[in-house]
Amino acid sequence: MARVVIDVMLKPEILDPQGKAVERAAVRLGYADVRSVRQGKRFVVEIDGPADEQALASIRELAESLLANTVIEDFSVRVEDN
Amino acid sequence: MPTRVGIITFPGSLDDRDAARAADLAGLEAVHLWHGATDLSNVDAVVLPGGFSYGDYLRAGAIARFSPIMTALVDAARGGLPVLGICNGFQILCETHLLPGALTRNDHLHFICRDQGLRIDNTATAFTRSFTAGQEIVIPLKNGEGCFRADERTLDELEADGRVVARYINGNPNGSMRDIAGITNAAGNVVGLMPHPEHAVEAGFGPSLDGLDFFASLLHSPISASGASA
Repeated sequence: MARVVIDVMLKPEILDPQGKAVERAAVRLGYADVRSVRQGKRFVVEIDGPADEQALASIRELAESLLANTVIEDFSVRVEDN
Repeated sequence: MPTRVGIITFPGSLDDRDAARAADLAGLEAVHLWHGATDLSNVDAVVLPGGFSYGDYLRAGAIARFSPIMTALVDAARGGLPVLGICNGFQILCETHLLPGALTRNDHLHFICRDQGLRIDNTATAFTRSFTAGQEIVIPLKNGEGCFRADERTLDELEADGRVVARYINGNPNGSMRDIAGITNAAGNVVGLMPHPEHAVEAGFGPSLDGLDFFASLLHSPISASGASA
């Protein structure tokens, strides 16, 4: 079994109002150094068998079709060490 | 034979009954379709209603897009079947890529529910043929993720091809680029609309009866280029 982590973030040019709200709250709480916050999603997927190239290709396909909307989001895929 | 309009109910749909009622009031025959079905029961058009299919989990419309009935719907839409996606239905149409762009969180983060002015900019689509060009209407708008976004090239294409169906007037309620409230595909048979025509169809309920014309437009002869069946 292997564990694959997919991070999905809004593309840099897409306004992230949720991140902005978190950013404003952080500054209000006194974290004056906080310059900007972007909010995203993390998916942790456990798969049968090793995270080989074939498995990762399948995960990328999943990310592209379901986990991320590539019109507005980017994603990255990595294998988690255990 | 009355024009039969399929209204698809997903888990979490809210406005399916209102859409069916609006279709009936407009002189159409509403046919209830379940998202788990694999065929469209030979309907003449389809409405994807508003609501929160699958609780808006993942992204609004992202999971409904893969409901069993959507395979048949996407095929039929590509073949010219008139399809109107309202609010969550619009989000689903963007997720299926039948329409370009995406609906994201309102720029001010608040859920809005209000009567909204719109201008109808395209009266050639399957759902706007009963309007006159430039007609201004008022129907309810209620959403948390209604901010229409697309890259500049896509927006320019939509504008150049006249595919912006409706625009917000008297103030942009959610940050949508170029005040876009609704768009259509190149053939004009698939329309996505963020505001809710089905809530403005009956005297005493809602701000107007302007919503009826979206449904009554289906009574016009089908758009010739689409290949839609009569």
